[in-house]
Amino acid sequence: MLRMLLRRLFLGAVTVVIVSVIIFAGVEILPGDACTAFLEREAQGKLLENCREAQGLNRPPFERYLDWAAGAIQGDFGVSANGAKSIAELVGNRLKNSLLLAACALGVGVPLAIVLGVVTGLWRDKGIDLVLSTGAIFAMTIPEFVSATVLILVFSVWLGWLPGIVLTSASAPAAEFFPEILLPVIVLSMVMTAHILRMVRSSVIEVMAGDYVQMATLKGVPYWRIVFVHALPNALLPAINVVALTVAWLLGGVVVVEVVFNYPGLGRMMIDAISDRDLPVVQAIALIVATVYVGVNLTADLLTMVLNPRLRTHYMRQR
Amino acid sequence: MTDAPATPAPARARALSRWGGVLRDVMSRPSGAIGLTLVVFHVVLAIVSPWIVPYDYRAMDATLMLKGPSALHWLGTDHLGRDVLTRTLMGGREALLITGIATPIAVAWGGLLGIWFGLVGGRADEVLMRVVDAFLSLPWILKMLVLIVTFGTGIEVLIPTLAFFYGIPVIRIARAATHDVVARDFVSAARARGHGRITIIRKELLPNVLDALMVEGAMRWSWMLLAFSSLSFLGFGVSPPTPDWGLMIADARGFMSFAPWGVLGPVIALSSLIIGINLTADALAKALGLDRAQKAPV
Repeated sequence: MLRMLLRRLFLGAVTVVIVSVIIFAGVEILPGDACTAFLEREAQGKLLENCREAQGLNRPPFERYLDWAAGAIQGDFGVSANGAKSIAELVGNRLKNSLLLAACALGVGVPLAIVLGVVTGLWRDKGIDLVLSTGAIFAMTIPEFVSATVLILVFSVWLGWLPGIVLTSASAPAAEFFPEILLPVIVLSMVMTAHILRMVRSSVIEVMAGDYVQMATLKGVPYWRIVFVHALPNALLPAINVVALTVAWLLGGVVVVEVVFNYPGLGRMMIDAISDRDLPVVQAIALIVATVYVGVNLTADLLTMVLNPRLRTHYMRQR
Repeated sequence: MTDAPATPAPARARALSRWGGVLRDVMSRPSGAIGLTLVVFHVVLAIVSPWIVPYDYRAMDATLMLKGPSALHWLGTDHLGRDVLTRTLMGGREALLITGIATPIAVAWGGLLGIWFGLVGGRADEVLMRVVDAFLSLPWILKMLVLIVTFGTGIEVLIPTLAFFYGIPVIRIARAATHDVVARDFVSAARARGHGRITIIRKELLPNVLDALMVEGAMRWSWMLLAFSSLSFLGFGVSPPTPDWGLMIADARGFMSFAPWGVLGPVIALSSLIIGINLTADALAKALGLDRAQKAPV
C-alpha cells in the first residue's frame, strides 16, 4: 500500500516536471521572447541587448530552466515582462478569485449532480430520466459562452434579477463578489452537473444490475435499504474521479466564462498575458494550473483506492 | 462465425453492410435520427448556403443598423447593417470546414500512435504516457492560444493546431482499446503465424479498435467545434468580415439589451449543430455497444 502510494506520488511528480519542460521549451521554441514582445517595434540593436541582459536572457536555456524551476518550487515566478511586478503577487489574487468561483460551482454542482444522477439511474428510461438526461446533453454540449449569453439576456436584461457583469476589483474580499458571482456560478455548475450526472447515472445502473443487489432483493431486503446501504456506496465511488477532472477543468478551462462575465480570475489573466505576450506570466499560470490538475487527480486516485476495499487488496496482493 | 473470406472483395462488402446496419441502428433511435438529421442539415447548408442566401454577407448599410426582424430582413440586421439571416446561414462554413479536416487528422495520428504503443509497450510507452499526461494537464485554451497568437489565425494555423492537440487524448483511448484486444487469442495466433507488427495492426487490431475510434472521433469533433467557436468568440478565430457564429455572438452581445435578434440566430444555429453531433455520437456508441456516459470533460 505504501509502495503504491509512493509510486503514484513519484509518477505525479514526474508529470509535473515534464509539464514544466514542455512549458519552458514551448516558450523557448516559439519565435520572439519576453524582450521582443515588451519592446515591440523598438526591439533591435542596443535596446534589445540591454533588455536581454537585464532579464538574463543571454544565458544558455538549460541554466535558465533550472533557475526558473528552482524559483517556481519556492513560489517565486520572477517578474512580469512589462510592469516589472512580482508575478507571485499578481497571480495570488486571481488564483484566490478562481478558487472562490470553483468552490461555489462545486458546492452547487456536485450535490445536485449526485442526487439527480441517482434519481435518473434508479428510474432509468422513465419520464424523469428522459427529461433530465436530455437536459444534461443540452447543458454539457452548448458552449459556455452561448449559455452565458442566453442567461444574461434572460436574467439580467429581460428580467433584471441578477447582475450580468462583475465589476468588483480583483483584490476585493470574497464577500463582495456576491451577487455578481451568481450567474457565472450557474453557467459553470450547469456544465459540471451534466457531466457528473451522466457518470453517476451509468454507475448506478451498473451497480443495481449486479449480482449482489439481485441476491439482496431475493433475500427480501427492503428496496430502499438495498439502494442506500448496498448500492450507493459502490456506485458513487467512480464519481470521485469525475469530480477531480471537473475541478481541474474549472481552474483552467473557465477562461471563456471569466471573459464573458468580466470575472477577475486566473483564466482572464491568462488571456490578457497571452495577448500581451507576457511570457513569464503565461509560464507561471500554465505551471500552476498543471500542478493543480495533477495534484487533484492524484488525490482522487488515492481516495478511490483507500475507499474501495477491492482495489486496496488488489494492490496489496500485487506487491 | 462464418468462414474466413477467400477474396478481399466479400470482406469489403461485409464491412460495408456492417456499417449499413450500424447506420440503420443509429437512425432507429430517436436521438440518432434527430442528431444525424441536424448534422446532415448543417453540412448541406454549409455547402449550398452561398447560393441560397438573400444578401451579400459583407453588404453594409448604415441606414439599416440594428433594425429588428422585418419582411426584408427576417432576422433583422446587425450593428453594421448586415443581414443577420444571411450571416447565420453562412456562419458555420469556416467552423465545419476547419473542424471537418482537423478531426480525421487528429483521430488518425492519435489512433495509430496509440495502437502502436499499445501493441509494443515497454519503456517508450511509459515515457509517451507521461508526456500525454503532461499535455492533458495544460488547459486547452492556453496551448492553442499561444500558438495562434504567435503564428496567426489563418486556416493553415488553426487546422494543424486543432489536429495536433485534439489527437493527444485519442492516443490514450486507442491505447486502452488496443490493450483490450492485444491479449486475445487471435492476436497471439497472428503472432504465432509469424506476422509482423504492421500486419497485426492492419488485420487484427485496427478493425477491432475502429469502433472506439469512430465514437471518439465524433466526440472530438463536437469538442473541436466548441473550441473553435470559443476561440472566435474571444477574437482569436476567423477574422472579420467572414461570418462565424462565435464571432457574431461576440459582436452582438454588446447590443443585446435592445437588439436581441443579433444573438438568437447564431446561438440556435451553433447549439443545434453541437447537440446534433453529440446525439449522433451517443446513438453511435449505443449502436456499437460502447457506453460513453463515463467520459469526463478534459
